[in-house]
Amino acid sequence: MTDTKLKKTGKKQDATSGSLLPIWERVLLARAQDRPTTLDYIQRLCSQFIELHGDRSFRDDPSIIAGFATFEGRSVAVIGHQKGKSFKDRMTRNFGMPHPEGYRKALRIMRLAERFAIPVISFIDTPGAYPGIEAEERGQVEAVARNIMEMFEVKVPILVFVIGEGGSGGALAIGVGDQVYMLENAVYSVISPEACAAILWEDSSRAPEAAERLQMSSHDLLRMGIIDGIIPEAEGGVQRDSSITLAAMRSTISERLDSLTKMSPETLLEARYTKFQGMVAYRENGHNQLPPNSKIT
Amino acid sequence: MGWLTRSRSHGTDDESANRKPEDAERKVRVPEGLWIKCSLCRQIVYRKEVEKAGKVCPKCNYHFPITVEERISQLSDPDTFKEFGQNIESVDPLEFVDSHRYTDRIKAAQKKTGLTDAIRIGECVISGKPAILGVFSFGFMGGSMGSVVGEKVVRAAGRALELRVPLVLVTSSGGARMQEGIFSLMQMARTSAAISRLNQEAVPFFSVLADPTFGGVTASFAMLGDVILAEPRSLIGFAGPRVIEQTIKQQLPEGFQRAEFLLGHGFLDMVVERGRLKETLSSLMCVFSPAGRHCIPAMTDAGESGA
Repeated sequence: MTDTKLKKTGKKQDATSGSLLPIWERVLLARAQDRPTTLDYIQRLCSQFIELHGDRSFRDDPSIIAGFATFEGRSVAVIGHQKGKSFKDRMTRNFGMPHPEGYRKALRIMRLAERFAIPVISFIDTPGAYPGIEAEERGQVEAVARNIMEMFEVKVPILVFVIGEGGSGGALAIGVGDQVYMLENAVYSVISPEACAAILWEDSSRAPEAAERLQMSSHDLLRMGIIDGIIPEAEGGVQRDSSITLAAMRSTISERLDSLTKMSPETLLEARYTKFQGMVAYRENGHNQLPPNSKIT
Repeated sequence: MGWLTRSRSHGTDDESANRKPEDAERKVRVPEGLWIKCSLCRQIVYRKEVEKAGKVCPKCNYHFPITVEERISQLSDPDTFKEFGQNIESVDPLEFVDSHRYTDRIKAAQKKTGLTDAIRIGECVISGKPAILGVFSFGFMGGSMGSVVGEKVVRAAGRALELRVPLVLVTSSGGARMQEGIFSLMQMARTSAAISRLNQEAVPFFSVLADPTFGGVTASFAMLGDVILAEPRSLIGFAGPRVIEQTIKQQLPEGFQRAEFLLGHGFLDMVVERGRLKETLSSLMCVFSPAGRHCIPAMTDAGESGA
């Protein structure tokens, strides 16, 4: 989808988001079929990509890409959701909605990378973990839970980029890292705006409204202190022109890998733990506890 | 009340087998009166007998939903539960409004349940052995996990680590609390990270899944127990049955997402009847205690109930 096809919602921009585009336009940009996928980023940022397959238990899940590549002369492990391009490809990839074996493959590669002290780069782009009979039978909940927990134990740097849709637990299952970035038009939320609208108003067509309430844009998440930075996109989205986005990703990866690889594994894990423990908002005995970098009042 | 209505609207046991988790919220209480009608077998049973069994139907073994207080008194030794973290309150970080303000929804839930949020945590003694116990309330906004629930789970794990006593969490939850947006999602990360620390320090975590446990709660700490137990027939899963039906456009098989289904697929250790839950936990605490050899092994055939 090109930006000329984007529907104007006519809704006022959320005054608190600090963004120029209404959130619903960002949702559509984030989901656009011509938006670069995980494989595109791997191929453009890295060389010598070697894709590895399978969870060694059930099957290979094409919804998740995993393997090793070379980034500026150093080995990196790369994992990510893969939505696919053509309709047939998208079908094969299950529209980027993994089954448990996809998450288990990702974890296997992360553990492999850990053993050889290779840092991990994770690309998030999923509507969510697949809700289906077989996914439940094979323990979608267990796979997601285990990945989240074990990503706090993987003793190598993990960089996370939300490149498109960050769909709830299915995104977080490869989304725990030392630094988490979002592309400018990417979205990240606990629930899809459609599902949220269906629950709140029994009307999924009110998704644009729900998207505003959920505060799911990159600017929202940065303001709330959840992510570390925003990777800029060209006007009309990264699908129009990827050059500034790729340049920003390249320099971010380069700088962060330099600084993170200097940390001892213990310091790294402690910092990762502390970082995520800060992502909470509550009041106790009159004192407000908010993320350290949040601008919530 | 709700369960009586439901019994009337559903004709057969097959249908009640597919009942949706939302229904459970409406039938937290066994209604007043000398006799009550079981919502599963539809038989009229003597109320006192049901209550004596911990709110379990004597005819068909249906486990009625119970309150947090009832759960605490069933699992901990009398007057040993010492609550902590009770002053943690939500701050509505998104200033979320749908048809009602989120803050109003919280107030209403507090009034309805008498709780501050969807979980209570505390130190307690289980059959003479100290433990940290956390119990979810499905009646409080569907037992959903926002910042307060996340923080309490993290603190419960932290206290267990500090005291080096087992952590027991009894879940009953629809999942993440969407009114807190990304903050509720991040509670999955925080709670899972807290369990990782218990694992590394060999402090046991026993996860008890009650009906229903779904979404972000199942897909984080609840599935990370060293031993995972569930009450009979509890609905447990990632996506709710309705969401799956809408996605795949077909009817779900009978017994799908029930505790027995998860046991069969290898994702639970035991299905334990409510009346045996305390002694099962006690036996497990013995097994995993540093003094395990001196602990009196009270292992029963509780584990066979799912066979």
